[in-house]
Amino acid sequence: MIEEQAFSDPARERQIFVGRALLVSFLILVFTAVLIARYFDLQINQHQDFVTQSDNNRVHLRPNPPARGVIYDRNGEILADNQSVSNLTIIRERSGDLDELIENISALVPLSESDVKRFYKRLKRRRPFEQTPLKFNLSEQEQAILAVNEHRLDGVKVSARLSRFYPKRGLFAHVVGYVGRINEREITLIDPIQYSGTDSIGKIGLEKFYEDSLLGNVGSEHVETNARGRVMRVLDKVDPDSGSDLVLHVDSKLQQIAFDAFAGERGALVAMDIKTGGVLAMVSAPSYDANLFVSGISQKNYSRLLNSADNPMFNRAIQGQYPPGSTVKPLFGLIALDSKTVSPSTKIDDPGYFKMEGIERPWRDHNSERGGHGKGVDLAEAIIESCDVFFYKMGIKTGIDILSSESMAFGLGAKTGIDLPGEARGIMPSRIWKKENRGASWFNGDTINMSIGQGFMLSTPLQLAVMTSRIASKGKVIEPRLVKSIDGVDLITTESTQLTDIDPKYWDYIHQSMKGVVHSTKGTATSINRGLNYTMAGKTGTAQVVSISADEDYDKSKLNKRQWDHALFIAFAPFEDPQIAVGIIVENGEHGSSAAAPIARAVIDGYLNTDSDTTNVGNLALQGLSLYANQ
Amino acid sequence: MQINDFVRTMQNPGGARRLSRSVNVDFILFLLLFLLCAFGLAVLFSAGGQDLFYVKRQLMFMIVGFVLMLGVAQISVRTMQRWAFVIYGLGLISLLAVLLFGVGAKGAQRWLDLGFTRLQPAEMMKICVPLMISAYLSKRFIPPTFEHVCWSVVMILMPTLLIVRQPDLGTAILVFASGFLVLFLAGLGKRYILGTGLISLAAIPVMWLFVLRDYQKQRILTLLSPEDDTLGSGWNIIQSKTAIGSGGFDGKGWTEGTQSQLSFLPESHTDFIIAVLAEEFGLIGVMALCTLYLLIIGRCLLIATNAQSQFGRLLAGSLGSIFFVYIFVNMGMVSGILPVVGAPLPMISYGGTAILTLFIGFGMLMAISREPKQMRTQF
Repeated sequence: MIEEQAFSDPARERQIFVGRALLVSFLILVFTAVLIARYFDLQINQHQDFVTQSDNNRVHLRPNPPARGVIYDRNGEILADNQSVSNLTIIRERSGDLDELIENISALVPLSESDVKRFYKRLKRRRPFEQTPLKFNLSEQEQAILAVNEHRLDGVKVSARLSRFYPKRGLFAHVVGYVGRINEREITLIDPIQYSGTDSIGKIGLEKFYEDSLLGNVGSEHVETNARGRVMRVLDKVDPDSGSDLVLHVDSKLQQIAFDAFAGERGALVAMDIKTGGVLAMVSAPSYDANLFVSGISQKNYSRLLNSADNPMFNRAIQGQYPPGSTVKPLFGLIALDSKTVSPSTKIDDPGYFKMEGIERPWRDHNSERGGHGKGVDLAEAIIESCDVFFYKMGIKTGIDILSSESMAFGLGAKTGIDLPGEARGIMPSRIWKKENRGASWFNGDTINMSIGQGFMLSTPLQLAVMTSRIASKGKVIEPRLVKSIDGVDLITTESTQLTDIDPKYWDYIHQSMKGVVHSTKGTATSINRGLNYTMAGKTGTAQVVSISADEDYDKSKLNKRQWDHALFIAFAPFEDPQIAVGIIVENGEHGSSAAAPIARAVIDGYLNTDSDTTNVGNLALQGLSLYANQ
Repeated sequence: MQINDFVRTMQNPGGARRLSRSVNVDFILFLLLFLLCAFGLAVLFSAGGQDLFYVKRQLMFMIVGFVLMLGVAQISVRTMQRWAFVIYGLGLISLLAVLLFGVGAKGAQRWLDLGFTRLQPAEMMKICVPLMISAYLSKRFIPPTFEHVCWSVVMILMPTLLIVRQPDLGTAILVFASGFLVLFLAGLGKRYILGTGLISLAAIPVMWLFVLRDYQKQRILTLLSPEDDTLGSGWNIIQSKTAIGSGGFDGKGWTEGTQSQLSFLPESHTDFIIAVLAEEFGLIGVMALCTLYLLIIGRCLLIATNAQSQFGRLLAGSLGSIFFVYIFVNMGMVSGILPVVGAPLPMISYGGTAILTLFIGFGMLMAISREPKQMRTQF
């Protein structure tokens, strides 16, 4: 090494070095210029773009969802309101490995397998920067645990939000309905701006029908967040407008009375205020707890409801279509009187069956022992005792065309237009209807079946209540309505117009006959008049579930209960100034008089005797009166 | 300050010189480094979330660094030259130790745990390699012959490949460059330079297929189009560009940078700290920093040209110019013109070993600047 140094030439070394050092200096200046040019390009030329990008990073428009409108009954009792609940949500974009994160969470808060499964399902529909709920309704303890561990759970947020709550649980499930998570189909139909920050929507009942009013208007706020999404400060905000509050005509005490009166039986009841058309009670039994659906019903609960033989999710009051049976007799009698095919003096003989020329098979009179109602039965008796043969004859004489078209005016065979979704139409058959739906001509036999509310005829309990209201008001156009006012503003009810100009004496005749059903000794519903402190008019009905051939007796011991006849009852009261009308069906209740009429009694009692103290006194005082009225 | 000022100071036997007769120190370099450190600490305070944690630790490293620098400045250049081979050998051994017993962070094995502190031997190699090559070449024919070039390349490649294995591509490239710069300053023939260029070009496909790991390839692809993967590997570069660009001409103000203060900028206190500076101090801040850097490099190159020995020249020249390479690689990668490799911004980024290494380098430069005249007898 030392030897080699001897050959070195320091001057040349220095010269070469200085040359190279100058070259390096030159290159350094060139590359510095490149750097400065790059920073100049970013900071001066593209400055505005990056300012925008930087603001987009930190400033977020956060929706401020409105509180959903509260639903009250007529007395201000809450049927649906909002409760603050805390949900555990994950923001995909900010979380690391999801499986690992969920495992970490489950070490802190119990998570069920279905929670996780449904989270992944929801995640597919959410954008990565949105909060996807993993677990709903955290307890206070769970919230505290998560708050303590927040720093090591990236992307996890406990978000408080308002959740729908139905304090009456099952009582109003078929009226108020429920909200649930917005599904894929609904998401295409709604205004995405209005629903930003809202993850539920009215699915059924009033919640669905009045969705637009209940929702309210979304507010917003600009917030500055850090990279983890934590809000550092609120820059500005627009408050949301809460949804409109609904006040219903429904009286929850009356609803409870009606519901209890079913005592476990399946069936439905609609009670209406005859003056306004307001629905005072609407029951479909059995019912279910609407709260189950709010944050997504579990598969187990859902299949339990769905597969129940009692079909609790089916709203019998507006969707159940039943043969109205004898409850149509007052209406058909009125139509026949009006069309002069019968008169108050028309009398027939009832041998217990009816035979038509050319048809061998007789039509039975269902409501009498063999031998019939006897000789000289008039229309009033036929209604009071529910004589079928009178109506067979009357039906044939009046004819399908008049019966059909006039009945439609009373609300049969058409939707009533109530403020609920999913109402069934029922069937008021006609020649055209049969042609179109059965592809056959109308026969007199069809008229005979129909004249006692059987055959093709179907109606919903709501339609029966509407029909009864229109009869009770002597032909006023009464339209059923659940909601009384929105945000304190009463809904405009159109002045009730007269349906038809039927002779007042016919109205009186029919009303008297219906009074007789309850108050005369031979009336089919006379059993409910005990202790009645007002006058009630009604009509019982029975609808066959399985057809019984004419020569065979209906023998319930041969049938299982699901095949028993449906029991129906319509009524209005007080007789002198009708205020309330009810339509009732008890599925497989067998007799209108025994199964359905007591329910009507309980409900009308509950409505007319609102103050319980005076009820008892009144009951005693008026007992004599009602006895008097029976005679 | 102008380069001329240094020249005047250098040539004028003024007070500073008299003062430094007993203590070997280059006051201008000292002052410039002091300014750079002060600026760096200010940026670090903001980048570290306005928490004194990093600032305190960094300040400690800097104080130790200054002491170390002044200590190294007192060592004679001849001693350095004599010990170069030993130091280089120790460096290689510690690199091997890292591969065998190293501790990892983020999937790479880069640290050597000494019990009381953790060392990053690869950082030390940034000094050891130029020291070794300078010592080797200064005793040989200038310009270097083929044989000497070959030996030099072997000595450069050994640590480089060990560092690639860690893997730490960024440091490996810088270590390679530091050795290559010595060769270049020593007058490496044009044929070799051209050859190196061609071999590098030819090496690209080979590297791509056999050497680069998936994440490294991803970084290169990201450089070409960061928008393809905005949440994955493109995230860093998009956020840093946003920080720089939104800073504009005069910046958002100290500790007012939203990108860094709201944690959108990753690695804001280490490799990406220039983005914090650019966001908060704007283009003015970037130019001020570049000016400071250029003054330091200028001072280093001046020391090199005035050095008394070939060893001093090569070492000072290579240390000065590699300093620029660090700056260019870091500022280039953060602003998106180079792929993302782990390369800190000298004196500004948080990191103990890097700071200490730099100060040792500047200590050597100071020693070279006061090399005794008697070396001139070789003239």
